[in-house]
Amino acid sequence: MIQNGDNVCSGKAANQPADKIVLRNVFKVFGSDASRAIKMIQAGQSKDAVQTETRCTIGVNNASFSVQEGEIFVVMGLSGSGKSTLLRLLNRLIEPTLGSILVDGQTVTSMSKLDLIELRRRDMSMVFQNFALLPNRTVLANAAFGLEIAGVRETERNRKALHALETVGLARYAASYPDELSGGMKQRVGLARALANEPTILLMDEAFSALDPLIRAEMQDELLRLQAENSRTIIFVSHDLDEAMRIGDRIAIMQDGVVVQVGTPEEIVISPANDYVRSFFRNVDVAQVFRAGDIARHSQITLIDRAGLSVNAALERMRAHDRDVAIVVARDKRYQGMVSAESLNDAVRAGGQDPYRQAFLPDIVPIEANASVAQVMGCVAGSRWPVPVVDPDGRYVGTISKSSLLMTLDRAA
Amino acid sequence: MEYDFSIGAAASAAVEYTLDNFSPMLDVIADVIGYFAAGIKSGLSWLSPWAFISIIALFALWRIGWKFAVLCGAALLLIVGMGLWKETIETLSLVVAATAIAIMIGIPLGILMARSSITGAGIRPLLDLMQTMPAFVYLIPAAMFFGLGAVPGIIATVIFSMPPVVRLTALGLRQVNREFVEAGLAFGCTDRQLLLKVQFPLALPSIMAGVNQTIMLGLSMVVIASMIGAGGLGNTVLTGIQRLDVGLGFEGGLAVVILAVILDRLTQSLSRPASLKIAVFSPGRIRARQDAAQLETAPIKTGA
Repeated sequence: MIQNGDNVCSGKAANQPADKIVLRNVFKVFGSDASRAIKMIQAGQSKDAVQTETRCTIGVNNASFSVQEGEIFVVMGLSGSGKSTLLRLLNRLIEPTLGSILVDGQTVTSMSKLDLIELRRRDMSMVFQNFALLPNRTVLANAAFGLEIAGVRETERNRKALHALETVGLARYAASYPDELSGGMKQRVGLARALANEPTILLMDEAFSALDPLIRAEMQDELLRLQAENSRTIIFVSHDLDEAMRIGDRIAIMQDGVVVQVGTPEEIVISPANDYVRSFFRNVDVAQVFRAGDIARHSQITLIDRAGLSVNAALERMRAHDRDVAIVVARDKRYQGMVSAESLNDAVRAGGQDPYRQAFLPDIVPIEANASVAQVMGCVAGSRWPVPVVDPDGRYVGTISKSSLLMTLDRAA
Repeated sequence: MEYDFSIGAAASAAVEYTLDNFSPMLDVIADVIGYFAAGIKSGLSWLSPWAFISIIALFALWRIGWKFAVLCGAALLLIVGMGLWKETIETLSLVVAATAIAIMIGIPLGILMARSSITGAGIRPLLDLMQTMPAFVYLIPAAMFFGLGAVPGIIATVIFSMPPVVRLTALGLRQVNREFVEAGLAFGCTDRQLLLKVQFPLALPSIMAGVNQTIMLGLSMVVIASMIGAGGLGNTVLTGIQRLDVGLGFEGGLAVVILAVILDRLTQSLSRPASLKIAVFSPGRIRARQDAAQLETAPIKTGA
């Protein structure tokens, strides 16, 4: 298992920065019968078996990985996967049951209470999901909280806290109370509080999850900006894929307390370790996941094929809507063919009995709605016109144009 | 078959035993409390009624509003008019002394209760006993231990009025959101810092509600304690009852009610922000403002 942890780093080049945090075979079992539960897990029993047998809950199951200095390391997983527990093991807000955690080569797991307090004051700060700002303190006093706890003199800590508030753009609100701020501003204060004592490690627990999407993106940018100005090691817990992809240098994916994969976003997207990981990234490879029917748009004119139809009326409609092509369907919406204004004019001039059938564009082959986008990509790209899509019964669904295809693929990036 | 558990006999034996063996210690306690109460009383009596009423009215104006300030002034003037000012101050000093002692013992006890559920399980039945035992029952041993006068009255009052502040302190501390506690610990709080800088300030509204309840219970008990010579408005009421003088009894009772209403509103207002936003009264905010102002002017200074 120790090798596992090493493998994660050995994939990197030799001149990579040093490991800031190393976890080796870390377990957390909640419950009174933890030692028996550990034995059962080590004997290879399943999580469910252990839980029914010992009534213990496994929070973190044999986590081994390392976090490098200066990287943003995102821990991702569904709720209940143990990611918040894992984060709290790092500063021992939750005591690990077994295993060792090293920070800068120091073994956190065997530290005395005083050393641990010193570590928390000097090296690690935490940002919380629901901000956890003390409502009885001003924004400045909140930002200065860590320094106050560490025994820094008032003028000195206020200066530092104000500087931290300045870096998050909230110096103006120093005298306000948290209640007077919006959610995004509150979390900026939370960030300022964490930055004020200049830690080398930031632990962020779903820090932006309580914010609405626009503010969340703004805060992510803010974090990246702060990271660019002054590099820290950030462990960021999130359940949001977009967030993880956006800010993470590397991502660890947790499932039922197990760290199932650690890697860069690209590595994880390209070769997910299992279906659970794949399920996170399902939306990423749109071309594989989306069917032609999903992206077909009903934006073309449809002409109903019936006896005594007037071709001129059809041409007039196409002209009015500024369309070069139209789809011909039967009364039951069954796809018949596609015509262009040009081919329709030609057919009228030729004066045949059935101008539509004569005008059908010969090289247009409808796509099955079930085909994946990846399969039809070539067909759409090579066609001069939008390509019609039909369902298994042959009914017309819509068309895929080059531009709509590109827009779909763009969402994957 | 007949049962005869003479718990009563056991209780009086315990009182006798204590009296025989711990009498010097009881005297020391009596002296300490006696000096404390006398100090508070002379301090409160030192002020003239007019000065006292003005202070209370101004305080009411700051914390609550002008209407209540006017009411306070009028009600206290009524007490002066009824000729009960001296008794009212006596009662007030008894309540203040008893409440101060109850808080000094009760808040640490509440903290202990919040910290360990075993302590909590031990203290809780004791609190139930203190609260539900008829108040008169305390008076007998209190008088036996400490004689007649203000001291046994204060002690009986402390016992009777302490449970709310203990309970609400424990409740308030336990109800502090886990995330605040985690934040405190994550920034390196020691146990003491966590209590003083995070838990206690956040539990303050609940603790203040406990203090308020303790004061109210104390006031009701102080009146009863006049039966063992604690003095004050209780005496007036008692005299009214003994002489079947309805008017005197009513006047005494009215003064108690006035005192109760004023104490209740004023202590409740302490856990809320003041109604008059006078900047002088919130030093934290001022300091933060000054620092922010300094920061804004600092670059100009260095530039010049």
